[in-house]
Amino acid sequence: MYNETVMEHFMRPRNTGEITDADGIGKARNPVCGDVMHIFISVNKNNAGEEIISDIRFQTFGCVAAIATSSMTTELAKKKSLDDALKITRDDVARALGGLPPIKMHCSNLALGALHAAINDYHEKQKQSKGNAQAGTL
Amino acid sequence: MKPDRIYMDNAATTRVDPDVVKAMTLHFSEGFGNSSSLHSFGSDAGRALSKSRETISRRVKARDHRLVFTSGGTESNNLALKGIAFANRKRGKHIITSSIEHDCVLNSCKWLEKQGFDVTYLPVDSEGFVDLGGLENAIRRDTILVSIMHANNEIGTMEPIGEIGRICSDHDVWFHTDACQSFTKAEINLEKQNIDLLTINSHKICGPKGVGGLFIRRDVAIDPIMHGGGQGSGLRSGTVNIPGIVGFAKAVEIMNDSRVEHMTRLRDMLIKGVLDIDGSRLNGPMRKRLCNNAHFSFRHIEGESLIVRLDLKGIAASTGSACSSGSLEPGHVLTAIGLEPEYTNGSVRMSLGRENTKDEIGYALEALNESVDILRRISPFKN
Repeated sequence: MYNETVMEHFMRPRNTGEITDADGIGKARNPVCGDVMHIFISVNKNNAGEEIISDIRFQTFGCVAAIATSSMTTELAKKKSLDDALKITRDDVARALGGLPPIKMHCSNLALGALHAAINDYHEKQKQSKGNAQAGTL
Repeated sequence: MKPDRIYMDNAATTRVDPDVVKAMTLHFSEGFGNSSSLHSFGSDAGRALSKSRETISRRVKARDHRLVFTSGGTESNNLALKGIAFANRKRGKHIITSSIEHDCVLNSCKWLEKQGFDVTYLPVDSEGFVDLGGLENAIRRDTILVSIMHANNEIGTMEPIGEIGRICSDHDVWFHTDACQSFTKAEINLEKQNIDLLTINSHKICGPKGVGGLFIRRDVAIDPIMHGGGQGSGLRSGTVNIPGIVGFAKAVEIMNDSRVEHMTRLRDMLIKGVLDIDGSRLNGPMRKRLCNNAHFSFRHIEGESLIVRLDLKGIAASTGSACSSGSLEPGHVLTAIGLEPEYTNGSVRMSLGRENTKDEIGYALEALNESVDILRRISPFKN
């Protein structure tokens, strides 16, 4: 059912675990199949001053495809700028994995959902801390 | 010792016994005749058919039943339900079944509903047992058939078919039971248990695929669903599958009590070992359980991931997890027993066969422990 790349990422998933002082945390859940993904990101500025994902980790409860797409999504997003990371599509994830069975395509949506949520969470926290900083100077 | 590959999916199908293959081979090469033919080739085939029929009939103490051979459990169940429904629709249009039947029964019932029949799907308790009081209350004046399985194919619950048979007989309603999983593994006595129709099949007991049977009490009104040359007492047209039937009978002959005891011992060893794993539970009952069925759930573990990990360790088991199904939803049996959501996705069925050994159970337990541990480590849920 699954190709070698998918199996490789399932058996030896990359970037597993959590980041205790993460800059952004995203959670996604598929209400139908029950799969759950958490993605943790650390964000730093690169030399060009762009915000990039300097570290990324995931925790996933789900099927083979859910674990493999989580692993691949973190690989694709790692070291990318936040803007570029948001541009990753489910087809990019599926293609990088050498294809997914049609019924499992929704798994890559879930991983991307968690990634987007983590980036949004980072932006929210930034806004809040800016707000707090401004409140502090007043 | 690490065995090469361990097969623990005998509820799906079994390896054909070498003696069965041997018995069948003769009927491809020499005894290849058509049992309907008048010449000696035909009568040789006819004799093999009669002998096989006797062997299989003896096993369920059939006296007033005829045995119609079919292509398997699915066809037998279709014939029982649709055949009874259409032959008796002037008497009544109500059928009672359970909510944990095999899909071939449930989907036949759903189709019959579309044809204007009325079906009651009885609920089951948390171990999968049908409530006898509930059954009795569900029987109406227009009820023509009760169809409740003997052993559940997923969680191994053995329904009280003797009591169900008595209730049906008291109310003068025909009783059909699907014994695909239990035939030769648990006692079936058509007379004592008041069974009017019994579905059996061959490939779950080391016989060939593509052969099954339906015992039908002689006074039961039933229409064929396959029309043609009138074979199978007019109930199942089509050239008779002599090699398959001979193989089926051989498989029945081979199956004995010591094999059932062997599977029961291994099953209990497996259950005991798995229940030592944190967050595991046994689905289905401890007692009144099919001799070769073990069905577990692991909290916060997804079934497909576990099955694939086990497969890479050489262990073949099965899962009804949502992710492995076409619909992405948990299976109807686990839903019917009211299993909590954190358990429904992580279910694994390990069904044993007579070839399994104690060493294999030990190895499977190690592999399960390791796989559960790895999957929990990457899971967001902390136990």
